[in-house]
Amino acid sequence: MTSLPTSPTEKRLGLVIDLDTCVGCQACVVNCKEWNTGGYPAPLSDIDPYGANPTGAWLNRVHAFEVEPDVGSPQVVHFPKSCLHCQDAACVTVCPTGASYKRESDGIVLVDEDRCMGCGLCAWACPYGAREMDPGVGVMKKCTLCVDRIYNETIAEEERLPACVRTCPAKARHFGDLADPSSDVSRLVAERGGMDLMPEMGYRPTNQYLPPRARREGCSSQPAKALETANPEGGFLAWLDRILSD
Amino acid sequence: MHPAPSVIAFTSLSGAGYGLLFLLSLGSLLRFSWADDRVVMGVGLAIALGFIAFGLLASTRHLRRPERARYAFSQWRSSWLSREGVLAVATFLPAGLLFLSLPLLGSSGWFTLLCALLAGVGSVATVFATAMIYASLKPIRQWHHPKVPLVYMLMGLASGAAMLAALLSFAVGGSWASFIAALILLAAWVLKRLYWNDIDTMKPFSTMESATGLGRIGKVKLLEPPHTGENYLLSEMGYRVARKHAAKLRLLAQAIALFAVVLLVIAGLIGSGWGQLIFAFPAAVMALASIAVERWLFFAEAKHSVTLYYGKAA
Amino acid sequence: MPDGAAPDRPIALSLPPSDEVKTSTCYMCACRCGIRVHLKNGELRYIEGNPDHPVNRGVLCAKGSAGIMNQLSPAKLRKPLKRVGERGSGDFVEIEWDEAMTIATDRLAKIRESDPKKLAFFTGRDQSQGLTGWWASQFGTPNHAAHGGFCSVNMAAAGLYTIGGAFWEFGEPDWEQTKIFLLFGVAEDHDSNPIKLGLARLKERGAKIVSINPVRGGYSAIADEWISITPGSDGLFILSLCRELLRAGKIDVEFLAQFSNAGHLVIDKPGSDTHGLIAKDEHGAPLIWDRLTDLPVAFPGQNVSPAMKGRFTLPDGREVVPAFELVARRLSEDQFAPEAITARTGVAPETIRRLAAELAEAAFENDLTREEEWEDGWGRKHSKVIGRAVTAHAMRGVSAHANGFHTCRAIHILQLLLGAIDRPGAWRYKPPFPRPTPPGQKPTGKPHQVVPGKPMPGPPLGFVTGPEDLLLNAEGGPQRIDKAYSWEAPVAAHGLMHMVITNAWKGDPYPIDTLFLYMANMAWNSSMNTSRVAEMLTDKDTTTGDYKIPFIIYADAFASETVNYADLALPDTTYLERWDCISLLDRPICDAHAAADAIRQPILKPDRDVRPFQTVLLDLGARLGLPGLVNEAGEPRYPGGYADYIVNHERKPGIGPLAGFRGADGQSRGRGAVNPKQLERYIENGCFWQEPIPADAQHHRFANQAYLDWALEMGFIESPAPILMQLYSEVLQRFKLAAEGHGEVQPPDQLRDRIKRVFDPLPLWYPPFEDESNDEAAYPLHGITQRPMAMYHSWHSQNAWLRQIHGANRLYIPKALAEAQNIADDDWVWAESRNGKVKAQVRIMTALNDKTVWTWNAIGKKPGAWNLDPKAPEATRGFLLNNLIDELLPEQGGYRYANSDPVTGQAAWYDMRLRVVKMTEAEARNADKASEAELKPPPGLATPPERLLYRGGNKGSDKA
Ligand SMILES: Nc1nc2c(c(=O)[nH]1)N[C@H]1C(S)=C(S)[C@@H](COP(=O)(O)OP(=O)(O)OC[C@H]3O[C@@H](n4cnc5c(=O)[nH]c(N)nc54)[C@H](O)[C@@H]3O)O[C@H]1N2
Ligand SMILES: Nc1nc2c(c(=O)[nH]1)N[C@H]1C(S)=C(S)[C@@H](COP(=O)(O)OP(=O)(O)OC[C@H]3O[C@@H](n4cnc5c(=O)[nH]c(N)nc54)[C@H](O)[C@@H]3O)O[C@H]1N2
Ligand code: SF4
Ligand code: SF4
Ligand code: SF4
Ligand code: SF4
Ligand code: SF4
Ligand SMILES: [Mo]
Repeated sequence: MTSLPTSPTEKRLGLVIDLDTCVGCQACVVNCKEWNTGGYPAPLSDIDPYGANPTGAWLNRVHAFEVEPDVGSPQVVHFPKSCLHCQDAACVTVCPTGASYKRESDGIVLVDEDRCMGCGLCAWACPYGAREMDPGVGVMKKCTLCVDRIYNETIAEEERLPACVRTCPAKARHFGDLADPSSDVSRLVAERGGMDLMPEMGYRPTNQYLPPRARREGCSSQPAKALETANPEGGFLAWLDRILSD
Repeated sequence: MHPAPSVIAFTSLSGAGYGLLFLLSLGSLLRFSWADDRVVMGVGLAIALGFIAFGLLASTRHLRRPERARYAFSQWRSSWLSREGVLAVATFLPAGLLFLSLPLLGSSGWFTLLCALLAGVGSVATVFATAMIYASLKPIRQWHHPKVPLVYMLMGLASGAAMLAALLSFAVGGSWASFIAALILLAAWVLKRLYWNDIDTMKPFSTMESATGLGRIGKVKLLEPPHTGENYLLSEMGYRVARKHAAKLRLLAQAIALFAVVLLVIAGLIGSGWGQLIFAFPAAVMALASIAVERWLFFAEAKHSVTLYYGKAA
Repeated sequence: MPDGAAPDRPIALSLPPSDEVKTSTCYMCACRCGIRVHLKNGELRYIEGNPDHPVNRGVLCAKGSAGIMNQLSPAKLRKPLKRVGERGSGDFVEIEWDEAMTIATDRLAKIRESDPKKLAFFTGRDQSQGLTGWWASQFGTPNHAAHGGFCSVNMAAAGLYTIGGAFWEFGEPDWEQTKIFLLFGVAEDHDSNPIKLGLARLKERGAKIVSINPVRGGYSAIADEWISITPGSDGLFILSLCRELLRAGKIDVEFLAQFSNAGHLVIDKPGSDTHGLIAKDEHGAPLIWDRLTDLPVAFPGQNVSPAMKGRFTLPDGREVVPAFELVARRLSEDQFAPEAITARTGVAPETIRRLAAELAEAAFENDLTREEEWEDGWGRKHSKVIGRAVTAHAMRGVSAHANGFHTCRAIHILQLLLGAIDRPGAWRYKPPFPRPTPPGQKPTGKPHQVVPGKPMPGPPLGFVTGPEDLLLNAEGGPQRIDKAYSWEAPVAAHGLMHMVITNAWKGDPYPIDTLFLYMANMAWNSSMNTSRVAEMLTDKDTTTGDYKIPFIIYADAFASETVNYADLALPDTTYLERWDCISLLDRPICDAHAAADAIRQPILKPDRDVRPFQTVLLDLGARLGLPGLVNEAGEPRYPGGYADYIVNHERKPGIGPLAGFRGADGQSRGRGAVNPKQLERYIENGCFWQEPIPADAQHHRFANQAYLDWALEMGFIESPAPILMQLYSEVLQRFKLAAEGHGEVQPPDQLRDRIKRVFDPLPLWYPPFEDESNDEAAYPLHGITQRPMAMYHSWHSQNAWLRQIHGANRLYIPKALAEAQNIADDDWVWAESRNGKVKAQVRIMTALNDKTVWTWNAIGKKPGAWNLDPKAPEATRGFLLNNLIDELLPEQGGYRYANSDPVTGQAAWYDMRLRVVKMTEAEARNADKASEAELKPPPGLATPPERLLYRGGNKGSDKA
């Protein structure tokens, strides 16, 4: 049934991505591919892998943008993007076969690949480009929030995290329940002014993005004042005398 | 958006088919004299159903896993694509029965009329549903627009009417049909022009700044796409047609349509017989052709918001 | 069904990911993170970071995460190859290992009996230099080095000669406490994951990150402040900061006096052979001047107050000045004034002033100082551990220049002035560092040390302390094929691998017989002037018709460009198929709090006829009867191959490749008898070993007695003597004196001036040589490369996943330049240097120094290499900047010197100057065709599949 859960889901599991610390290393991208090509959405196919036009299905991609402020130096922002597990996920409601659905319990948006007829409509319905048709097996692939990790009782409890979150060397990815205001992720979002992507689309994404902190020209405390010359008259060596003699 | 031939064929052909089916049903409901003409009705319904069937078949070419198409009837509660499927099939039934009942029960039997009623309503509903598949997609502002369903329905009706006009060449009412067809086609294209004007002037819902949330810092520009390799999103949604090229095609489509209108008017003036057929038939073909081009543009000119993440305006 | 999904569609949430998990060490790059390898039905299911591992603590980078595709690569060599056609033609036949070993043995045996120098054995990315260096000296050739010479020897040498450690594996910032972090010219570095983990900590703690880099991307993108420096000018920037700190007296004089040679008395006798040397007493102890007694005393002296300035006369009449005064005078020169450096560096004077103030605040106004009794190696008691919350990290951005040695030294001098070394909040050593400045080992390979049929008395590489240590032939010319430790590169601690092919081809200083390469793509991205190198490799002597480089043996795991030029190619295993050891004798993986080493264990059986190179090398050594490699009976000493060597080899009694689980009982660490069960113990422990440094030994380790004793016990140092920081470099002065005509060992005349100039004991900056000879009008731009975080040099283009991310490289050009030459994004241009031109497709960048263009390193490939489609984007749209870089400088006085640092011989990759020219319409139209000649793939490679539907060993319903 591709109608969305009628009442808000008990949990709202999702990712919080820190644009202030992401260095664009692509670890999350490849680790996601690695986990999932053998996991729930297996396989994530690659076509012409050693040829002139290699292409494949990926559930997470990292873009890089340049931002030019009116004042101050230009910035580069690395920008990871996977399914945002929207609350008003039209990708689900448009699905004619019932393959796409949003889980009642935790809000994860999934594709039941044995039901998918590969029409691609859900990908059209996603404003964020978070769904990719698998070029090898012709069914729709998307971020599963590593549903086969986060509840997996055969995995050590502290490791029941999405692959991309666990592997991020810069700790720019956080996972948790955004419906619970006391969760770490909710607190992060509150402290750092987490934002929706394309709020105007009205999809109410679960994943939140933490904007880059204001770049600091000054020191960790308030900007230090320029240094006084130690001893204007005698210059530096005269100063040396002073400190050595006392 | 990538203008896939399968989808273009599907929407324009089934549209024409339903247009014709609608008019034939209407004819028999309103008890037009030609509705008693078994040849007209028989051939007409055959053509209509042929178009519809062909269109629907074409649409399955768009599926990567057509063997699972049967599931597509299950989600009518939420999905316009599913609704479209259900309605299409649901309309096929009375239309088919109508086809069979006419020779057997004649055009005035209550059963025939019931079939006609259902087929007529079904046609409208189906074309509306088809249009809504696109009109319901927010990420594509050129589609998410109130005029889209109207255009779809009028275009379907116009091509249907043109075909009917040709059909009626040897029956009564041929000349009226031609004039009416000309009018509907004209109306459809007037509406289409208004639609074009809207999408050309409307300002995009989303920008690179809102897509990335980085607008608060400054002007955003793509530095590096995520992969240097190809990807599905771009081949499917990254399609771009040059403004100039699009403008030419818009003119071409309208020219063809206008030509079809002229032919229909001439056909109307001639009134009936071979003379009318010689003008009405090519008019119908022209009408269809203009719609095919219009459909191509409908896809090619549509810009998906995902392209913002790849540095292109939407 | 776990409640997690109760009301949802039933899906299997708790499938065991795999049926077998093994630990090992990643080798998709040199960072050496710990991994857990999951296997399902015998296939690779998932490779993840090992959470217990000290290096990566559970994270794994993009490359490491693509290990599965490394294993699946159709570019893997499958059998030994013998060249049958012309060299470079790609005509090979597959041969059996016996034949391969016989060919190699016969050839090398002849060389060893006649003239061992004629074997040049150079290795690249490998991590078994402990073995390869030792093997070379057993063979008896001085011609061995690893990739350090073209990599970052400037960094290593400047650090080891100044503070007894450097960056990367030598030390790390105090991520937990530092307040300001200066990152000089780093895009990725070897310490890939640790640096990212560290940056994350800085972000969490709100410490300030300052990136000094012409390009703002990667790490620089998240920096709080970006200093868009003009390439090659960092030295000026750093010394200007030093000058500001001096001007304000914001320096740690006490630290300098106690732990460095700042107070040592420098002889001032211009023209004499002792000028600039440090005055010593009769026991050779350096002298300082005690201001209390107004007398010279031996350093450090008991309750003395050393003079840091002034001019004194020693009893023997020698005039002396404290080293510090000389350094201070140099730094006070106007050339380093903030205003004076702006033009060259592009950094505004206010910025320098503000940063100097911020450094001073972080260094001297912090709450990290604590009361703690500790004793230093000179017997001085200290009551405090002082905090200095300033750290720096630097890498090739500063080292890959012809002035890199002094720039790297300048960073350490800044650290010294602030007293910000191995203290809370500061940069901290990683064991086995600090080592003496410099370490005691001298290079071996002087003429009398290279004897036919005999091993050399020591390792080829080491640390010189004066001209007498150079490796020179009878005429005073270079003794090594790469000219390391000659007057062209006296302090060449790591050799000059990038010069080997050119020199061997020229027969300068002498022709060699066999070039033996391992794990370095020398025919492509690790050489400058690539197209010429290809010619040299195939060039023949017109008279004899023999190749100028007679024989080339190459060991690679993949069909790289270099394999194409081999006469004999030895196929290696992958990192998941062999034993390896990450040894403290080689390139350690310790951190500031603990010593550590690690192993790789074979996880998969090779599906082809390949052998681990280290095992092959041991076998070859045994066949040659090399002393260390055979026993008394002349049988192989390590019949069990590399695993056997790892466990049983002892470099010194009790010290072997692995420091952990030694001794019969596996209880000893550092030193200890051989433990036959050592590898099992490592595997039980997750394939690594870690030994925490005692709490009282974690600061001031250059002098902290507690640490020195522990390090001695562990076998890291030979004696517990404290290590003295070299603010003033007497070693450099010794070479300068020689250049001034003093001493036995004299430089050739044409080099005297250059040596006088760059062998300066004081902080120094000079323009990169390319700049000096450059015609600014013709080549106004600097051309540099960066490491892509998701690619390892040339070698990941065969990786089906990584090549989708970096399949072709762009040339990034500054916006201003693009506007000036009306170049648009995606336009095609020519990048032209004095050495040639390459095509490139541009991308315009704003966050880029306006005199600089850059591209990703080593993405461009030769068509046909790596078993990729010749039409692969790497070959058609990608390009290699190396073609533009000349390995030689323009002629000076009839001679062309290496394009390298004159002190260490470090390759000056980033000195290249170029211009950008927009292509004509016609040229642009077919710009995306391969420009290089197509390579013929070697025989026997697997056919690349048209599609990969990889399921990680899951059988599962095929959804297709
Ligand atoms: N323009 C430019 N050029 C540069 C640099 C730069 O910054 N700019 N950087 C320089 C530096 S610092 C370096 S270190 C060099 C690096 O350059 P290289 O040392 O050439 O490094 P790779 O390209 O990784 O080549 C390593 C070779 O090892 C092979 N290999 C991979 N795994 C294995 C294995 O398990 N066994 C064996 N036997 N072989 C294996 C690969 O197939 C490849 O052929 O490049 C240098 N060149
Ligand atoms: N992913 C990945 N990791 C790697 C490697 C790889 O190929 N891929 N290679 C490994 C090897 S062999 C090495 S040597 C290390 C090297 O690690 P890095 O030192 O990070 O090497 P580069 O990528 O060359 O980075 C050089 C940086 O210095 C900047 N730069 C260039 N010139 C100057 C200058 O004059 N001044 C300053 N301040 N900056 C400058 C460049 O913009 C670039 O950001 O990385 C290792 N790690
Ligand atoms: S792994 Fe972390 S730092 Fe790297 S790209 Fe992904 S989010 Fe950014
Ligand atoms: S991001 Fe796209 S795919 Fe994911 S839930 Fe939202 S709309 Fe659906
Ligand atoms: S592609 Fe599959 S999941 Fe997406 S809408 Fe079509 S059937 Fe549903
Ligand atoms: S949550 Fe799992 S599936 Fe989603 S992006 Fe991260 S790794 Fe990929
Ligand atoms: S940094 Fe990446 S590639 Fe290098 S060792 Fe660690 S995980 Fe492997
Ligand atoms: Mo390197």
